[in-house]
Amino acid sequence: MKSVLEVKNLSASFGPHPQAASHPVLKGISLSVTAEQITAIIGPSGCGKSTFLRCINRMHEVVHGATVDGDVLLNGKSVYGKGVDPVLIRRRVGMVFQKPTPFPTMSIYHNVAVGLRLNGLKKKAVLDEQVEVSLRKVVLWDEVKDRLSQPGTSLSGGQQQRLCVARALAVNPEVLLLDEPTSALDPMSSGKIEELLRELKKSYTIVIVTHNMQQAARLSDMTGFFLMGELIEFDATSKIFTTPTDARTEDYITGRFG
Amino acid sequence: MKNYARGGNVPYRWEDPLFKGVTFLFALFILLLTLFIAFSLLVHATPAIKKFGFEFLWGTTWDPVSEQFSALPFLYGTLITAVIALLTAVPIGLFVSIFLSEFSPRWLSDPISYLIDLLAAIPSVIYGIIGLFVLVPLMRGNIEPALSNSIGFLPVFQGPFYGVGILTAGLLLSMMILPFIISISREVMLSVPQTQREAILSLGATQWEMVYKVVMPLSRSGIIGSIFLALARALGETMAVTMVIGNNPDIPLSFFEPGHTMAAVIANEFTEAASELYLSALIEIGLILFLVSFVVNGIARILIPGGVRAA
Ligand SMILES: Nc1ncnc2c1ncn2[C@@H]1O[C@H](COP(=O)(O)OP(=O)(O)OP(=O)(O)O)[C@@H](O)[C@H]1O
Ligand SMILES: [Mg+2]
Repeated sequence: MKSVLEVKNLSASFGPHPQAASHPVLKGISLSVTAEQITAIIGPSGCGKSTFLRCINRMHEVVHGATVDGDVLLNGKSVYGKGVDPVLIRRRVGMVFQKPTPFPTMSIYHNVAVGLRLNGLKKKAVLDEQVEVSLRKVVLWDEVKDRLSQPGTSLSGGQQQRLCVARALAVNPEVLLLDEPTSALDPMSSGKIEELLRELKKSYTIVIVTHNMQQAARLSDMTGFFLMGELIEFDATSKIFTTPTDARTEDYITGRFG
Repeated sequence: MKNYARGGNVPYRWEDPLFKGVTFLFALFILLLTLFIAFSLLVHATPAIKKFGFEFLWGTTWDPVSEQFSALPFLYGTLITAVIALLTAVPIGLFVSIFLSEFSPRWLSDPISYLIDLLAAIPSVIYGIIGLFVLVPLMRGNIEPALSNSIGFLPVFQGPFYGVGILTAGLLLSMMILPFIISISREVMLSVPQTQREAILSLGATQWEMVYKVVMPLSRSGIIGSIFLALARALGETMAVTMVIGNNPDIPLSFFEPGHTMAAVIANEFTEAASELYLSALIEIGLILFLVSFVVNGIARILIPGGVRAA
């Protein structure tokens, strides 16, 4: 099976303060993400899940003073290699955040098209088509096709989150990263997003951070359990949730802490 | 079951209605004060309004000796100096505030922003002194000749170099309003949520693309508000302008020549206005200035988001 992401001995910290640097948020994470699978990341709050995702598309360094060590290979090429432009990496890796973040000053249409336009695409016909394709992928097209010019913020929370997925998909990313994409949504909307991810898995490689253990169990092929910046266990989801190797994993999934 | 909601089973407090009443009275007092100012200006301007009618607004003569008064030279001077100030201060101010909020590291932007806030608090007579002793010679000796040599085909940049004049006043105003534009715009830009910035960055936007696709659109009304606030300050600025504009009640073709403004003429001639009509004409100019500033300030207040309002 083809591995799309190869994370090698990844460490990360916040802040230039010696104290922060000596307390890394991630410590020597290594794992590999397989193509057209859903990889779930679970772990208690503050264990570094978001940081891990943000290291993959080089968003971690947006925080002032943040540092990264180790490497991430995206389809065989280093993301942190010399002369690699983080902007170009981010165009190849889609990201969806915990809270829906549609751009309030842009219409629904432009919210989806903005990534394409950043890539230099200008032809209206192509944009129109891509916008429709992306909105259909997230099963939002029928709900919004008559109101494409309304602001993205005029949608409901669940619709906004699907819009954000469409926005990330529009540029055809090699990997899609989702950071607790359903934690701000009601069960109905969460269900729709899950359904959507199951569908997207056929053509995309997905990494999802979730606090919801059932969601990880239902949705993912592989699961990684993080604890205090360390990857405790990484294995097939069925294995993690039935016969975990590490006692700490078992404690966590049985709800004994976290 | 007890109901603790407002209007429920809460014991009566006599302080509440008293406090409400007092704050209401204060609010009413401010409103009345505003109306009173407008009204008394109107009353005292009435002789001039009766005598000159609308002619006052577009006539060009200002002759205390023959008691012929009209306001166009001052309207022109006020407007044109404000326009010069905005045209120069807005682009510079926007670039500086974008730099401060988006590009410069904290250790640099914090002290700079502090200094800029200090600049905004300097009394205008100090700006006037700087204008008179630094800007005027610089204009006469360097800037005006340079402008005349480069874009002198425009009539407004022709003629003798006086040093004092409309352009000098405009540029001095520009220096004075720059801190307002920078400090409000910067704060408006800083209030754009980090999640919005990260969302566009994660789509592969560069820092600049982030600024013009997300930060600027979200700050637009606040920035325009800051410009109106700056405009209100420029229109009403008196002391510094009168020190460098030359105080000449005329409408010169060239920006190099001395002119006059509404605020400057009132300050300069109020003590000398011997006749009732003269005084009344000055007060009518004051009334016009009051109305214009009122409207411009009002627009600024509507546009600048609540949390950021500085003035
Ligand atoms: N901007 C920051 N500056 C300094 N430390 C930070 C910053 N963001 C996060 N941290 C710290 O890094 C650690 C990991 O944070 P991270 O956001 O990756 O955790 P998480 O697993 O995503 O938690 P949650 O489940 O609550 O989202 C936490 O201990 C947190 O306190
Ligand atoms: Mg998180």
